[in-house]
Amino acid sequence: MGSAVEIKPSRSTEAGHWGKEVRSDLHVAFEARDGGGVEISLESRVAPYYGNAILEQARQVLEELDVKHARVAIHDEGALPFVIAARLEAAVRRAGLALGKRSLPEQVPPPAPSPKDRLRRSRLYLPGSEPKYFINAALHGPDAVILDLEDSVHHAEKDAARLLVRNTLRAVDFGACERMVRINQLPLGLDDLAETVPECPDLILIPKVEHPEQLTEVDRMIGELRSRHGIIRPIWLMPIVETAQGIENAFAIAAASENVAALTIGIEDYTADLCVAKTPEGRESLYARSRVVNVARAAGVQAIDSVFGDIADIEALRRWGEASRAMGFEGMGCLHPGQIRVIHEAFAPTAAEIAKAQRIVAAFEEAQQKGLAVVSLGSKMIDPPVVQRAVKLVDRAKAMGVIP
Amino acid sequence: MSERVELAHNAVGRRVPTMVNGRPQIPFLGVGKYQPRGRKAAPQIRSNKDYPDTGDKRVSDLETALRNCGLRDGMVISNHHHLRDGDQVALMALEAAARIGVKDLVWFPSASFPSQQSAIALMEKGVIHHIEGSMNGPLGDYCTQGKMRGMGVLRSHGGRWQAIQDGEVHIDIAVIAAPAADFFGNADGSHGRSACGSLGFALADSTYADQVIVVTDNLVPFPCVPWQIQGNQVDCVVEVESIGDPAKIVSGTTQITRSPDRLRIAELVAKFLREAGIMKNGFSFQAGAGGIALAFVEYLKQMMKADGVKARFVRGGSTKYLVELLQEGLTDYILDGQTFDLDGVRSIANDARHVATSPFTSYNYHGKGNFASLVDAVVLGATEVDVNFNANVVTHSDGRLLHGIGGWQNCLFAGCSILAVPSFRDRIPVIVDEVTTLTGPGEMIDVVVTERGIAINPRRQDLLDAVKDSKLPVRPIQDVKAEVEKICGGKPARPKLGDRPCAVVKWVDGTVLDTVWQVA
Repeated sequence: MGSAVEIKPSRSTEAGHWGKEVRSDLHVAFEARDGGGVEISLESRVAPYYGNAILEQARQVLEELDVKHARVAIHDEGALPFVIAARLEAAVRRAGLALGKRSLPEQVPPPAPSPKDRLRRSRLYLPGSEPKYFINAALHGPDAVILDLEDSVHHAEKDAARLLVRNTLRAVDFGACERMVRINQLPLGLDDLAETVPECPDLILIPKVEHPEQLTEVDRMIGELRSRHGIIRPIWLMPIVETAQGIENAFAIAAASENVAALTIGIEDYTADLCVAKTPEGRESLYARSRVVNVARAAGVQAIDSVFGDIADIEALRRWGEASRAMGFEGMGCLHPGQIRVIHEAFAPTAAEIAKAQRIVAAFEEAQQKGLAVVSLGSKMIDPPVVQRAVKLVDRAKAMGVIP
Repeated sequence: MSERVELAHNAVGRRVPTMVNGRPQIPFLGVGKYQPRGRKAAPQIRSNKDYPDTGDKRVSDLETALRNCGLRDGMVISNHHHLRDGDQVALMALEAAARIGVKDLVWFPSASFPSQQSAIALMEKGVIHHIEGSMNGPLGDYCTQGKMRGMGVLRSHGGRWQAIQDGEVHIDIAVIAAPAADFFGNADGSHGRSACGSLGFALADSTYADQVIVVTDNLVPFPCVPWQIQGNQVDCVVEVESIGDPAKIVSGTTQITRSPDRLRIAELVAKFLREAGIMKNGFSFQAGAGGIALAFVEYLKQMMKADGVKARFVRGGSTKYLVELLQEGLTDYILDGQTFDLDGVRSIANDARHVATSPFTSYNYHGKGNFASLVDAVVLGATEVDVNFNANVVTHSDGRLLHGIGGWQNCLFAGCSILAVPSFRDRIPVIVDEVTTLTGPGEMIDVVVTERGIAINPRRQDLLDAVKDSKLPVRPIQDVKAEVEKICGGKPARPKLGDRPCAVVKWVDGTVLDTVWQVA
């Protein structure tokens, strides 16, 4: 190109991924320039069907981001529109442009607000830089999905993943799943909040919490964002304690905010902190896990277990889940959709437990009708806490679909 | 091919050529509407006095065999595809023909494979005029780019038999790769270093070709037992070092999909069979060797065990997973059309309940009935399905050839035909307004199972009723399509197709169902 105009140094950036193994993502090479308007080139495996749509979307996104002059090369591997927008925005922002601008994809109706004590048997981790897992995650029926910005995202990709997660919250229908975001450790996590909270996640997981002040900081930031963006839906907190220090301060952490809905433990980091090996039986974390259960109960929040790392060993997962429920946990994390069903089975009450609870509830209702203060079943007196537990168990079994 | 092609609209509104490779065609008239009369085609009369009393029909090499069989310009040469991507015999035969110096052959394989792409060079040299048989990969692209001199003709396995019996294709010389054979020409696929299981696709060729050459790398003393190919049909036998690459003939292990989304589809299919009451004692099913189909078999197996249900027979493509059903007593028989993995090959060689079948027993339009229609349920794939349940299995959405028809069309005659497909792939919707290339009419397709739900053809009220009280995610196909279009960001643009036919898709009865157009 023999242009007479002298082109000043321009900034070149990239975002996203392409390649034979990459699906549902794209790569954007962006070159800011001082003149010549916007030039977009496109290579796409879906070009015959959506080539024009992609070019049109790219032009619109760049316009929204106030990019007037740039050369943009897109290499698309079948990405959906919300991904295309996020990758373009990441590339533009990396060039130091689009200050104060956002390009938000079309919004799907958000799910009903999340009750504080809803079922949280399973939460499926979705790496925040892997868009191919997002669109079908809810089909596998976890109670929650976690869009992860922390450990599964490479340090150099944090900014791009944040935009992708923001767009995902906005554009992906996760059905009945609770939509969780795991932010990074503070202070990086505050940037994650600024980008994602306006899109109303249902719950924020806060990693490596060791002191209640960290909770307070997150809570305050969310509070500010809520009022700034007029958000009335609840946004719950689930601190992750995963160090010896965190375990010791767990009660103060769980009680630090009324927005804490659950407390969970990260066993991988915890065992590393203790310098012990993690075993499938989990003896080394027994104290920590028991403590989490106890302080969660004391603080009136749910106790949620860690993840089970061996995705191939379903029977070991089942044993872990059953033991976990017996300890008092109400759920655990999933690294693969194949773990969801087993976890739900493991955390479901047994038929015998349900039958017994139903008898207690029936006896309680009968006593209520007769105006009796004392509930008895056969020859046994039933204490009020036992009745409460039975009522809760029957409610849970209904919510889980175990009984009609 | 520069002559103008006359086009006619067939019964489902598709524009199809009225002449293909110089032969007049009948546009598709509707399912079961076309019934040719008269007598079936037959090979030349032969007399045993012309063959050696010793029974020894060996000749020194394939070139000599082809010369002895009178190879000349314009002949039809056939091969079977039981050695799949490992086959070396088809190219060996075509290259021998090239050395002899003949031109304008029609190659009539039961399917072609990517490893046979040097057939392109033989087309460029004029040795092969065109291919009638499935084409994909480089051969498919060669065809859809309009470079082949003749028109491609895509037939189902049953349709290939029908075309031979109708005399639409007359095989001059059949070259049959045999993992085991004797000097008389008895041949079988179940034994030898190149064992491939059944040789069923070669049966029509051995019966109807004028000349039959058996090529083997495992010559056994007479008799070769069992003999799926009868030596009495065979003119000569050629011994070669190797008929194929065993590693590519059968896969060591067939792989179940690991994609959670596809596993979900497979499980929904199995649940559907259970909830619809199809999975019951004495039932039968067929599933291919694709990742979803294999996973389906695994899920169904668990349900059969849980419910104490046993099948009377299952139809292969056999794999390890079907063999396990047989060995665990969950089916009485495997009726096997082709054998996909080593477990399948071992089983067919050693277990009398694992029976080799052919397109004649299973698929042929001119049979007096066929097995496919006796099967209670079949699980198939597709590249596209439209809102009227019409499906495409032969081309990508952009019109490039992707797949042969195989037994796909024939299997649609099962009691319940199920397409197990993702609702979109790489942003490309699979559930569409209209398929690019029609391969199966919607009236033949009963259920479409996607990861987003199960769509039942409204023609099958019985199936709708059977599952109406179940918890299965049954929903109208339009619903699934609308959801997918929303996810994908609108309807896909229609692919730009050329206006020149480069291949036709035949229906099982030999009529022309659709046209594959040259891609722009």
